[in-house]
Amino acid sequence: MSPTQTVFHRALLDGSAPIPDGLSDGQGRAAGRRFDVYRNNVAVSLTEALEVGFPAIRSLIGPENFKKVAGLYLRQHPPSTPMIMQYGTEFPDFLERFAPLSHLRYLGDVARLEQAQREAYHAADRAPVEADRLERLSPDLMAQARLELAPALRVLRSPWPVHGIWRYACDGGAPKPSAVAEDVLITRPEFDPVVQLLPPGGAVFVTALLSAQSLSDAVDAALGEAQDFDLAGMLSLLLTGRAITAIFPPKEQAT
Amino acid sequence: MLDAVSHFPTLPAGPGVGYKPQHFTAILDDPRPVEWLEIHAENYMGDGGRPLAQLRHLAEQFPISVHGVGLSIGGEGRLDPDHLSRLRYLCDWLQPASFSEHLAWSTHDSHFLNDLLPLPYTGETLTRVADHIDALQETIGRKMLLENPSSYLAFDESTYSETEFLTEVARRTGCGLLLDVNNVFVSATNLDLDPRAYIDAFPLAQVGEIHLGGHDEDHDDHGAPLLIDSHGREVADPVWALLDHTLARAGARPLLIEWDSDVPDWHVLAAEAQRAANALQQVPA
Amino acid sequence: MSKTMKTVAIAGAMTAALTAYSSPAAAQDAKEKCYGVSLAGQNDCKAGAGTTCAGSSTVDYQGNAWTLVPEGTCADIDLPAMADGSERMGSLEPLDRDLPS
Repeated sequence: MSPTQTVFHRALLDGSAPIPDGLSDGQGRAAGRRFDVYRNNVAVSLTEALEVGFPAIRSLIGPENFKKVAGLYLRQHPPSTPMIMQYGTEFPDFLERFAPLSHLRYLGDVARLEQAQREAYHAADRAPVEADRLERLSPDLMAQARLELAPALRVLRSPWPVHGIWRYACDGGAPKPSAVAEDVLITRPEFDPVVQLLPPGGAVFVTALLSAQSLSDAVDAALGEAQDFDLAGMLSLLLTGRAITAIFPPKEQAT
Repeated sequence: MLDAVSHFPTLPAGPGVGYKPQHFTAILDDPRPVEWLEIHAENYMGDGGRPLAQLRHLAEQFPISVHGVGLSIGGEGRLDPDHLSRLRYLCDWLQPASFSEHLAWSTHDSHFLNDLLPLPYTGETLTRVADHIDALQETIGRKMLLENPSSYLAFDESTYSETEFLTEVARRTGCGLLLDVNNVFVSATNLDLDPRAYIDAFPLAQVGEIHLGGHDEDHDDHGAPLLIDSHGREVADPVWALLDHTLARAGARPLLIEWDSDVPDWHVLAAEAQRAANALQQVPA
Repeated sequence: MSKTMKTVAIAGAMTAALTAYSSPAAAQDAKEKCYGVSLAGQNDCKAGAGTTCAGSSTVDYQGNAWTLVPEGTCADIDLPAMADGSERMGSLEPLDRDLPS
């Protein structure tokens, strides 16, 4: 009898499991380490996918440690779809729960930042709004308008200096991160995600826009968190990131 | 929406290569002697961005072969309906010149294992594989090519040889076959078979495409050679010889160089494609 | 701030932002080199490196001893106590820890 795929699957992911019966080398001898070719393919290919997806985490904990952590992760969380581009969605939570790394408590948020970049990279294309569409709007309509933001846009709030740590991990020449909480904006002006530090109030502002609040209400929300909220600077970040894709003045808003 | 691009209904019987994004500019500058490109379906299932933009660009200039690596046609469970839908969507907008997948499984219990895993060749697995191919061909509305795997072990339970199995799958489903000559050499070496006898037993009339790739050498517990289908180097000389043997019997076919790890500069890949072009030129018309 | 003042402020901010928008595109943040954009998650059909790699051995995921080697850029990151009162973020020390089950 051949091993079922359930048995085969279990033995692939568990190196201590016996090699399934019914497999041979073609000359009647037990398959032995030939089975390890498949074990190895699974482990190596998924480890490589994580290395490509989380270069900052790899830099922070070092390549050798990363391989070990990846080996554990891929066995607890094999991909749930055949699209390797999406692999690693549970990696941030996994890192936060992983006791040997518990003293590096920022790792989860740095991994979230890397995962968000990957999502932005593969997000749907959407043309930015025409500048004159914004220019022609009266101040009243502008204030009450809703903005539609690009599918690639991502916001990440963190109690850690997540932007500074990420930058330092990627670029040895970057300054060392200082102990401040940081929020991050990811836009995709063309094909490459751009990661930027959000000013105070910025994350609240963008989150309000994403939940379909008017510009005026979003500004109120931002001022509630940061009295010196810089609206022009924030809008400039969104515009240069080609992240505003439509504007809906009140009369055009569907209920 | 994505515009349909359908300039090339079939693959030419010339050299092609597996497309790698790092070669995008080089290919557009000077693709010679490459006449067509193959992509892995799963890498173009995102919602947008650079991968799809590159593919739309390339599809205007080259016949594209879509090669799936994740459907798990040999799986015990039913095919993933979401993945079938994604394949249909890709084929619908791209209108590729060819679609192919593997005689293997990769998904079990909703885990995708990212490897082409082997199955025994029995009456039961034949029915299952044929049913899955029927479902796929119905979903995408076209004939597919099924590729022979690289094998590192054999199933004691198998009652069909691989060539018998593939012949029967093609007969039952009407699918075509993708003959990977490197896989034949790898499997034959690993399982102590005669690679030329394998080619001679293969239903060559059904072959719509031929693959070539490099392999690595390892050893099993008994010191016997164990070849690994690594796609990380030039095609080995005995594989080129096996290709000549194949082409002499099958005639010219679309011929692909696969290079997936330690991917070289374009000129190295183009040189391999030139060697494939030379092999094709030896074939009597 | 009155409603009118806010309306004017919002319109003014948009005008200012648009001025910057129409000027030549600001240079992209150069810190993307971490991100292998063209390699973002690729499927392929190659096999890994044979039977000899650590991926196929049982050592790296068997047993409960978990040893981290002291490496990585985290060693250079020294954060004093954060707002949540957590301790400084230090380097990886070669510790043996029990794996979470």
